Amino acid sequence: MIEALQPPPKKDPQARTRNALLPPRDRSRATMKMAASAARGTLELQTCSACQALVYPPRDACPKCLGADLPFKPVTNRGQLIAESTVQTTTDTYFRERTPWRMGTVLLDGPQPIPLTVHLHDEVGEAPCAVRLRAFLDKTANVVLMAMPPETSRLTEDDPQLRELTATPKHRRVVVSDARTPVGRAVVQAVIDAGATMVFAGNATPWLPFEGEAELAAHDKVHLIPMDITDDNSVRVQAGEIGAKCDILINTADHVREGGVLSRQGLVTSHDEFEVNVFGLQRLAQYFGPIMIGRGADGINSAAAFVDILSVYAFCNWRQYGAHSASAAARHSLLQCLRGELNQGGVRVMGVFTGPVEHDWYQPLPPPKLAPAAVAKAVVTALNEGIEESWVGDIARDVREKWQDSPKALERELTL
Amino acid sequence: MNTPVNNTGDSVLAQLTAAMAHSDVRIVDLTHTLTPDFPVMVLPPEFGQCKPFRLEEVSRYDGRGPAWYWNNISMSEHAGTHFDAPAHWVSGRNLPANTVDALPVENLIAPVNVLDYSKESAADRDFLLTVDHILAWEKQYGQIQPGSWVFFRTDWHKLVNERAYVGMEKDGAHSPGPSPESIRFLVDERDILGFGTETVGTDAGQAAHLQPPYPAHYILHGAGKYGLQCMAYLDQLPPTGAIVIAAPLKIRDGSGSPLRVLALVPKTKDTTP
Repeated sequence: MIEALQPPPKKDPQARTRNALLPPRDRSRATMKMAASAARGTLELQTCSACQALVYPPRDACPKCLGADLPFKPVTNRGQLIAESTVQTTTDTYFRERTPWRMGTVLLDGPQPIPLTVHLHDEVGEAPCAVRLRAFLDKTANVVLMAMPPETSRLTEDDPQLRELTATPKHRRVVVSDARTPVGRAVVQAVIDAGATMVFAGNATPWLPFEGEAELAAHDKVHLIPMDITDDNSVRVQAGEIGAKCDILINTADHVREGGVLSRQGLVTSHDEFEVNVFGLQRLAQYFGPIMIGRGADGINSAAAFVDILSVYAFCNWRQYGAHSASAAARHSLLQCLRGELNQGGVRVMGVFTGPVEHDWYQPLPPPKLAPAAVAKAVVTALNEGIEESWVGDIARDVREKWQDSPKALERELTL
Repeated sequence: MNTPVNNTGDSVLAQLTAAMAHSDVRIVDLTHTLTPDFPVMVLPPEFGQCKPFRLEEVSRYDGRGPAWYWNNISMSEHAGTHFDAPAHWVSGRNLPANTVDALPVENLIAPVNVLDYSKESAADRDFLLTVDHILAWEKQYGQIQPGSWVFFRTDWHKLVNERAYVGMEKDGAHSPGPSPESIRFLVDERDILGFGTETVGTDAGQAAHLQPPYPAHYILHGAGKYGLQCMAYLDQLPPTGAIVIAAPLKIRDGSGSPLRVLALVPKTKDTTP
């Protein structure tokens, strides 16, 4: 059974930091589509439109009827482990460092009990037994299935194989880029509650007080740091000072103002938005990112994730906040690029998309608005469950669904 | 052919050069270093904001430019130690030569009167300079001459790395400044060139609650006078006798500008260190 994960020992300064090796990268395009659903934290398999057969592994044609229309649909997450094996050694460099590695075959519950190849959580007993299935992205962002115990225990998250597939804050140190905002402060508290050992909380203007500052300053796990992501020098200095302790970076900064293109006079506000939302993100990534890549396999508190909290209107412009939407779209695009770049070191890039949040800059809007604590909870969930993209709250999910259905219709709806 | 005036000018400049060479005239830099974290004026957040100083490296003897180092900089006209032209405030909007590019260059070098109220400001961060203060100062040092600067010494520059520099609280900023009457007196009765401070603005932190609001800005600029703020080391200036060189950048239609403020200080004055 699993032993409780212990806090990492102090790092041996004479030991070379391990390179972040990655599991095999190449996958078919059909498998990439399965990874797309795993990125959202859902388990989906192909179902043949012609004969309704479940298809696994993902294919370009149905093995039963050769039908080519194989959409991914959610399936049950319950199954029966029927066989298991333990890989003791391998020529693959990534797994070679992590053996022994338990693998198994699970028959999916339901009318079509197809066999699935899975990683085995250490709390799963010997076959045959019931399991719960989860789709994850591995260190190369390829989809893998893991058979989990039907019920979780307090040690479930400590499984070393599972920890390879998540970025849980437990025993990790977290940088929160902007702790002056309600969302920033909620995130600080949430990651501490989730087991983070230390939080570096960014304060862009230390010469100005802010609400909640006294509580943060008094917290023994919080270090307020003078960091302004609109200032190149300040981010560089902080990356120099604490970059090697940045296991998780959460960008909570967001400059929100109402207005679009014609409803604003001049570009000063838009400059401010892009300085924070777009260039601020780039500065964080440019200075902290390379250090994180170098620490992607640095033991229990390895660098694990770069999280960005951004507006769901990154997907489609909302005229009332049109310029902010444009900055969110640019931000989203940069995250896609950064995802590929940080993935070289096994560091995950996670986007947490929100609708309007309950704070001053959305004050005129009617409910529903997101509580900062709800955003923070979604961030911790994404980290704990390895979810690459999450949508928090009704509005974000609604925008997402409508965008998937018809981007143009959504544009019409949001810009009328 | 040289005129007697030019000869006199030559002589004066030659004497000045010699005096500076022998440290009989010291040059005091009254300027803070431009840094990204230097506090700027805080306005309600729904208004356009004063952009602090920013520096982005373009190249530093590297692949972006192998043999040269240079940066791109950006900032508000009103960041760091800076100059306010009359056009900065609505009251000065229609005056002639009210922008930094149009200022008469003769005005950029002028004598300075330094009114030391550092003790009073230390005792009361909301200290306001009054007409009586000015009259008392004049009794000791002589009447303030037309066309000269008045610098309000508070030693606030020593607080620049502390919160007390701006003193922001729920009810606004807290720092010393001039009362409306004192500024009106300096403009109407003394015809000063301008008013300079060590605080983040020429006005007191609580000046929004004075009448008129922001009296230094409103009255000075409405009368075509200048402002200098965020200065340093006014404690190195004598009460009278120093000359200030304060030349803003020549920005077309500029409302102000960061600048290097230098003072020529004669050694013979008692207060010179």
